[in-house]
Amino acid sequence: MIDFINFYLIPGITLGSIYALGAVGVSMIFGILRFAHFAHGDLMTVGAYAALTAVWVLGIPALAAIPFAIIVTCLAALLADRLFYRPLRDLPTIYTVIASFGVALILRSIVQTVWGTDSQVYMTGFQKPTIFFDTFRIATRHIQIILATAALTVALHYFLSRTRLGKSMRAVADDPDLAAVAGLDTERIIRWTWIIGAALAAIAGVFVGLDTDVHTNLGWNLLLPMFAAALLGGIGKPLGAIAGGLIIGIAEEACTYPFFGDTLIAPSYKSAVAFVIMVLILIYRPQGLFRGRLM
Amino acid sequence: MTELVLDVRAVSAGYGKMPIIKDISVHVDHQQIVTIIGPNGAGKSTLLKAVFGLNQHFSGEITFVGMSIFNARTADLVPLGISAVPQTHNVFSSLSVDENLDVGTFAAPPRDAEATKAHILELFPDLKDKLKQQAGQLSGGQRQMVAVGRALMSDPKLILLDEPTAGLSPAYLEVIFDLLLQVRDSGVSILMVEQNAKQALQIADYAYVLVNGENAYEGTGAELLADDEVRRSFLGGGGAP
Amino acid sequence: MELPGIAFYIVAFLTMGGIYAILCLALNMQWGFGGLFNAGIAGFYAVGAYTAAILTSAGSSAHLGGFDLPIVVGLICAGIASGIVGWAIARICVRLKADYLAMASIGIAEIIRLAIVNEEWLTNGSLGISRIPRPLEAFYSGRAAEVVFVVFVWLIVAVTFLVARRLQQSPWGRVMRAIRDNEETAASIGKDVQRFRTETFVVGSVFMGVAGALSAHYFKFFSPDATEPLLITFLAWVMLIAGGSGNNLGAIAGALAIWAIWSLTEVVTQQLPPDWATRSSYIRMLLIGLLLQFVLQRFRSGLFPEKSPKLRISREK
Ligand SMILES: Nc1ncnc2c1ncn2[C@@H]1O[C@H](COP(=O)(O)OP(=O)(O)O)[C@@H](O)[C@H]1O
Ligand SMILES: [Mg+2]
Repeated sequence: MIDFINFYLIPGITLGSIYALGAVGVSMIFGILRFAHFAHGDLMTVGAYAALTAVWVLGIPALAAIPFAIIVTCLAALLADRLFYRPLRDLPTIYTVIASFGVALILRSIVQTVWGTDSQVYMTGFQKPTIFFDTFRIATRHIQIILATAALTVALHYFLSRTRLGKSMRAVADDPDLAAVAGLDTERIIRWTWIIGAALAAIAGVFVGLDTDVHTNLGWNLLLPMFAAALLGGIGKPLGAIAGGLIIGIAEEACTYPFFGDTLIAPSYKSAVAFVIMVLILIYRPQGLFRGRLM
Repeated sequence: MTELVLDVRAVSAGYGKMPIIKDISVHVDHQQIVTIIGPNGAGKSTLLKAVFGLNQHFSGEITFVGMSIFNARTADLVPLGISAVPQTHNVFSSLSVDENLDVGTFAAPPRDAEATKAHILELFPDLKDKLKQQAGQLSGGQRQMVAVGRALMSDPKLILLDEPTAGLSPAYLEVIFDLLLQVRDSGVSILMVEQNAKQALQIADYAYVLVNGENAYEGTGAELLADDEVRRSFLGGGGAP
Repeated sequence: MELPGIAFYIVAFLTMGGIYAILCLALNMQWGFGGLFNAGIAGFYAVGAYTAAILTSAGSSAHLGGFDLPIVVGLICAGIASGIVGWAIARICVRLKADYLAMASIGIAEIIRLAIVNEEWLTNGSLGISRIPRPLEAFYSGRAAEVVFVVFVWLIVAVTFLVARRLQQSPWGRVMRAIRDNEETAASIGKDVQRFRTETFVVGSVFMGVAGALSAHYFKFFSPDATEPLLITFLAWVMLIAGGSGNNLGAIAGALAIWAIWSLTEVVTQQLPPDWATRSSYIRMLLIGLLLQFVLQRFRSGLFPEKSPKLRISREK
């Protein structure tokens, strides 16, 4: 049991936190712009590499490089929206999906051209895990990631339910035509959607680098679990996406735990868990687990 | 002294390149309820959308308290003091009643939002104990109240209502019309489209009949109610035409 | 370059161009006719390639088979295997908004990739399958063999084209095109239309598998690297949109045009200074990504715009 918590549950929550932060953006963008953003994983990659540069140049720890990652990633997202998504706004949204597919490629090839394709780490060396009550051994980075995600979740909830911008976003997600009738400035709200989605993606990207390493396929590889998390939580519902991300992260790790003497699935098939969950959701509950929009 | 709030003069408007309403003229004075009736597809909704900048204007002139709003954008009209309630899908159904009212203030913050909200809840006491409920879960009549309440939150001088009683039971119809009279008396002009023509004319200070996108008849509510031609063609049986 | 050299280059160009033309025609069935967004083309391609490779290669201890079966059998089975995968995914997704299928198809491609890398008994993992035969290998060799192969590929392009045209001209094909771009209508359509959408998706998947099989025979060797999702999935999309989605001739023309551009970018990036040479493949990707954006914004109806009038959708209520 202790082993399960130390080696499966905590890493699962960590992984789930990363999925959750990415899935929030996917979910919000789907809610407000109404398309599946295929470049979201690659925004994470951009964030991870931006932080890597700050770590190299300024010699600061990765966590301190997060603001830098956020700025670069937000700029990338806003630029992509301005150049590639906005011109397609009046067409069926599937054209924007195709464009985002292209943006994924563009972002990644820029990262590959600038930073090369070798995988990198923020810091070398072994970190001693923190030991609680003589039994729970939790890596410091896991504590950091989980606590930061918890704090961001609370902040996001506050933002969406209390602030003017948050309520405007939910209004646009609920009914864009009525939002326009109410005089809301949709383009401004779209800009903020990108800023928030990209900022969380940047943070998630840095967390991936912190947890494992930084490589150019980092974000693209997470697209499947992030989509699955967004679907599980009910697309367009950011808090649902967080729950979805945690469920998928924990499920992936738990499935490799030898509950009955044997693991449920081989560890190399972990990412199939997200797919199975996605398929089940699409069959039985396409609206997701939770009700409401953008909450 | 009456003050002209909305002046629509010989306006043609429609969707894309196709005009739906032709040479329409409509006036709304301060603290007046002006009703537009007419058969289905006559262009009543199109006229309201034209006033609110939601479709294409081709010719004519629209002024609001003396300013030209011809070809203005919706987002600019709300701060000027116009708000609108569409015919369908007029509440944010996943937002609470309270939040729906809040959204009404975002484009044009009233001087004192809390006081405005309190005033609106005086008008619509039914909503008082439903503030935390999702608007989508309310009854049709209560949703209409939320929709009108949201439009009133920006302290508008004029509100545009598209069939506020559509689908409501006759009992609720009375309630809503009663509320609209109170809204008018609190100083807001109302331009509304109605299918329940007879009742609508009873509360209207002035009314227009639209047919095929053109002005057909106009007069005070009482005049139109008394007009044989109007009665025969548009008020047959007293319900919807 | 002397003449035979150029001719040889053209044959090579037409071979890969033809394989992409099949992919593109297949994608046109799914997207152009059915409005079904497939973001996992590489997965279907890989299923076809591995099926054909396992069935037609000579026996090997490194992977399942090979069974040394005739190439035609391999091609048919490649189509069937890929079609079954397509059927499974279409069953789930045709009734949902296009974005859901897009997400699910990314997933299916990822699972297929995982299986190929991990199931070494089946696919020899990352080492791949070698000694995959080409048609009529016993009778032709050298350049003649290349010519035989290009003819073989274009025969299959012709078959694909005929099937696509039949689908498009069938009564359901017309209905589909009328409602394709309108998601609200698409969501409320009846069972029959869903069945037709499933069919177009499955038939498209079959030909994606066939295209994969052909590429396995062409390279004679197939490994997970050859199913790089970016390259295959992206190029096919760029090709279809540039050619004119909804138009079968456009799909073929787009495939050849974009494959020509893609091949030219290789020539251009080879001129870069040496330290950029390693990055040249990323720069080519970047260019293709930008090309897609350009086509989407400025050239959406493509080289061969769809002929039938599109249903106008009003964005206003
Ligand atoms: N978004 C639109 N695009 C094109 N035509 C429209 C649109 N909305 C309404 N129409 C057309 O305009 C005409 C008048 O519609 P409308 O103003 O809604 O009528 P009413 O509200 O009087 O019933 C109808 O013929 C209708 O088909
Ligand atoms: Mg109407």
